[in-house]
Amino acid sequence: MGDALLELKQISKTFFGVKALDDINLTIQRGRVLGLIGENGAGKSTLMNIIGGVVQPDAGSQLVFDGQPYAPKKPAEAAAAGIAFIHQELNLFTNLTIAENIFLEDFPRRRFGPLSMIDRRALRNQTRDLLMSIDLDLSPDALIDDLSPGHRQLVEIAKALHVDAQLIIFDEPTTSLTARETRHLFEIIERLRADGKTMVYISHILGDVLQMADDIAVLRDGKLVGSDTHDAFDINRMIALMIGRDLAQLFPSHTHTPSAEVVLNVANVSEPGIVKDVSFHLHGGEVLGLFGLMGSGRTELARIIFGLDRFSSGEIHIRGQRLDHNSPIKSIRNGTAFVTENRREEGLMMEATIVDNVGLLSLNDHARTSLRVVDQSALVQDVRQIAGALHLKSGEITTSPAKSLSGGNQQKTVIGKWLMSDPAIFILDEPTRGVDVGAKHEIYSIINQLAADGNSVLMISSELDELIGMCDRILVMNQGEICGEFHGRSYDEEAILRAAFRESGGEMTLDQPHNGQGGSHNG
Amino acid sequence: MDDIANQSPPPDSPIEVGQPSAQGAAAGASAAPSAASRPAPTGIWRFVRRLLLSEYFILYLMIVYFIILVPLLPTLSRPQNLANLLSNTWPLLAVAVGQTFVLIIAGIDLSQGSVMALTSVIGAAIFATAASPDVLSNSPLWGIVITENGGLLSGNPLSVPVGVAVMFGVAALIGLFNGTAVARFNMPAFMVTLVGMIFFSAFAIFLTQSENIRNLPEAYIQLGKGDIVSLYFGEQAESQIPRRQIYSFLTYPMVIAVGLAVTAHFMLSRTVFGRQVYAIGMNRQAAEISGIPVRRVITLVFMFSAFCAAVGAILFSARLEAGRPTLGAGTALLDIIGATVIGGTSLFGGKGKVLWTFFGVLFFVLLSNTLNLMNLPSTQIDMVKGGVIVGAALLDVLRNRLLSREGT
Repeated sequence: MGDALLELKQISKTFFGVKALDDINLTIQRGRVLGLIGENGAGKSTLMNIIGGVVQPDAGSQLVFDGQPYAPKKPAEAAAAGIAFIHQELNLFTNLTIAENIFLEDFPRRRFGPLSMIDRRALRNQTRDLLMSIDLDLSPDALIDDLSPGHRQLVEIAKALHVDAQLIIFDEPTTSLTARETRHLFEIIERLRADGKTMVYISHILGDVLQMADDIAVLRDGKLVGSDTHDAFDINRMIALMIGRDLAQLFPSHTHTPSAEVVLNVANVSEPGIVKDVSFHLHGGEVLGLFGLMGSGRTELARIIFGLDRFSSGEIHIRGQRLDHNSPIKSIRNGTAFVTENRREEGLMMEATIVDNVGLLSLNDHARTSLRVVDQSALVQDVRQIAGALHLKSGEITTSPAKSLSGGNQQKTVIGKWLMSDPAIFILDEPTRGVDVGAKHEIYSIINQLAADGNSVLMISSELDELIGMCDRILVMNQGEICGEFHGRSYDEEAILRAAFRESGGEMTLDQPHNGQGGSHNG
Repeated sequence: MDDIANQSPPPDSPIEVGQPSAQGAAAGASAAPSAASRPAPTGIWRFVRRLLLSEYFILYLMIVYFIILVPLLPTLSRPQNLANLLSNTWPLLAVAVGQTFVLIIAGIDLSQGSVMALTSVIGAAIFATAASPDVLSNSPLWGIVITENGGLLSGNPLSVPVGVAVMFGVAALIGLFNGTAVARFNMPAFMVTLVGMIFFSAFAIFLTQSENIRNLPEAYIQLGKGDIVSLYFGEQAESQIPRRQIYSFLTYPMVIAVGLAVTAHFMLSRTVFGRQVYAIGMNRQAAEISGIPVRRVITLVFMFSAFCAAVGAILFSARLEAGRPTLGAGTALLDIIGATVIGGTSLFGGKGKVLWTFFGVLFFVLLSNTLNLMNLPSTQIDMVKGGVIVGAALLDVLRNRLLSREGT
């Protein structure tokens, strides 16, 4: 105990005058697991990038690794020092085999006359031993391309073990894993801890951090706001430290009450490999949360409801009307809006002006004569009105391109585009991703206002806090199935997380088919 | 935003680690416009930047080019040459207008040349007034469509309107084929239209066994070279003015091509359809989710492109007075795509204007014309043209870089 492996002293980092990290002092103890938490933009990535040699800290910052001053100028230096990263985006060569990836930098060799050849047999045997040590029963010759995300992650761990990394940093390792893969990963981490490895575990899933970490450090707005052993923390304290205020302040108060009317009825919708027997109702004036980990099928479900993807069985009704051969065009006609999770790729034309972006959906509404000439001045006027209502901060809307906007204002632009078509059902997929806290609050207010006006909102998010703060009901998805439904204002956060991971007991307390929200009638 | 950031780099040096040479270069009075001149743009640099970013840049460049070359090539500014220059402009403009639409949706239409070849042959096979067995008797059309009395409707007063309608119909079908393959089956436009180019031009050559179909009716030829207003410079001394002293001013091909271009410009800039074309070029996924009938628009764009090629075929073949299976072959495609790109339409989609294409076509025709006047062999002319297209592409990159540096 008390033996420091990595000491961070007065670490600051300024990007263009903005402090991304402000005087961080943190010690990572040898043989312990440090849980690092914080909101998006809190500085976790910057801190890890400094440790990994991707960016250099400001002058005055000091790192001490294993008793030596440590100032990596590039990632290779960090690797050489014995620091390994297990990333969300994996750093494996998918066209190579497991063995080749692990031994990429130091293939076992044998002499063949004047030539130095790769010793394939040694390569295979050593790889097999490594894989065995982490219970990974795969052929060393398997291509990375053919592996699941979970297996890939374990191969990365094997690689870290091979180079005998002293410090292994896990950055959101579970986001693309299934429940079983996650469990396997946790077992491996436990075993590594027992072997005396030092690790940093970064995750948004606070329950995991609480379970895995010996020490916990909390970052907020570039500052270290809390650092202690894990006994000193519970979920509420972690959240309070992360957001710096009570949840109640971040989320505007509810002004809406769901009506009895079922607006959207999804009944037994299945598509092999994507979603399985999904059923739920969405009421008028309701904000319905859909929680699930990445890959749980939540985005796929949204795409199916909106008519972008097909489903093989089941029915979807909107206001009692069955949807057949649905398409985005029909969905829009039915008053459905879909704010996608990836606004750059699916939401905005980055080069086009705000007017062109916001006006895209309602071009036909602004067309005159049979030649369908766009009435530009009317369009600009309408866009200006929407932009004002959403408090869009931008340059002149007729000339500023979408790419000139901040993340929050880009998201408002997408929302504005849909408002122009006057929909009644909003599917919002990760509406606050990549948006700063202030803009988050504004988006939450917009969502509340939509519901208060009688619209229905299906809000998809991987941030449980915001669903808890916003939603009248929360559905939990796991591996394409809805595996839990939670009601009311006092949610049991752990139960929701359990359902998302589908651990034991998930369903038994949650099995509450057709709820007390009023007489729901199937269409 | 970016500008401010660039002008006042963070005080701490560690950021610059990746660029050891940065201090040296910035201190030296090198002409490198990037680092040295950004903090305090001089008047000239600002002017050059504005010129480069202007959408009329190619027009200015053309005027400068013209003014410089007039004293060196006296023939250049003679009325006869100018009339000739304009007459070369119209068919190319008609075709390039269609290409502009396809490039804006981030596609490319390589089949336009073959559409020109095939439609010119088919049209001629309908309305030719006579045909020589010596030339065409090997054609598979001989005796069925074409006889010694000419094409299918030879002599019929409706032969030209019907023939032109069939040409448009054939073009629309080819466009429908291209568009369907690209929009429905998600095949790359490059592949689909490359196959179309090879297939349809070969088919046109097969139909006539690579002979031209001559003896086109006067009404049709008028479409390609008929004057509406002609000019004569000189005294009215004789009752008969020699034909070569009359300069075309307002011609049928001009009216047709300009009419097409103006219509297309209106379509692109003012109508819902035009907005949808841009939207698809900028972000096809976003367009699809926003309820734009992406497949229909793409198909229509390819049909319009083929239609424009057929208009170009009419103007070209009427001027040549022959249905020609090699029309649009060789470097014609270079002219079409080159002129469009030089105008400023981006090969990456989402950006382009018919007006730009008009400038591009004018510049390209002027360039060809001056190179011809310099008596360069055609091989060298093509080499220069290729170089100019590379220059245009580089210019596009440069402009984008300037734009992103300004941070808009």
